Amino acid sequence: MPDSIDRHELQRLMKEGAQLVEVLPPEEYDEEHIPGAINIPLRRIDSEAPERLDRGRPVIVYCWDDP
Amino acid sequence: MSPRAAWRLESLGFERVYDYEAGKQNWLASGLPTEGSLADVPRAGDVARDDVPTCGLEERLGEVAERVRAAGWDTCVVVNDERVVLGLLRAAHLARDPDLPVADAMSAGPSTFRPHVYAMEMARYMTEHDLPSAPVTTGEGVLVGLLVREDAVRVAEEAHRALHEREHGYPE
Repeated sequence: MPDSIDRHELQRLMKEGAQLVEVLPPEEYDEEHIPGAINIPLRRIDSEAPERLDRGRPVIVYCWDDP
Repeated sequence: MSPRAAWRLESLGFERVYDYEAGKQNWLASGLPTEGSLADVPRAGDVARDDVPTCGLEERLGEVAERVRAAGWDTCVVVNDERVVLGLLRAAHLARDPDLPVADAMSAGPSTFRPHVYAMEMARYMTEHDLPSAPVTTGEGVLVGLLVREDAVRVAEEAHRALHEREHGYPE
């Protein structure tokens, strides 16, 4: 089960080499994203994640918000 | 959306998957830096004055008013020890009975705005609502600074001109 984290934990994991993925559409990513994030829109996770992400490192995903 | 992405990654065999549920909105609301084509458009948090005087609930109004005036201000933000905004003292509040505790003189629970709101939006809102200034806080209510309408309007006009030049290739 994926763990839910806050921004402090995100920053800590990023320092340890985590991969950060924005899953919003490319237009929203292009306008503004968290530094260091790459863009893999939700609908392209299946096709792109195996090629673009390292399975040996943590992966953090985010969108606009999920209250 | 991100929970579904996180679950899908786990099903694809990724073992350490985390979901930053509060997302980009939370990051922006905290005034943290971003990248992208709109990252350099000025925001409320960029323009807010972080040297605005602050005071606590228990202080006497007279002492606070004296301190605020000496600093060249007519507004003071009431905060707790964690700098969470609890109230606002404008000029009319500061002119009340100097023996009053701040808690009895202030405007409680003022409207606050997040640092990521564009200065242009803030200028329009503050002009439409005749708001001379507004506290800018993080999503947790911690004071970032006081946004003064004149500052917001000036920066918005500069940003508008810059955007026009970027889009059209010549000054407005």
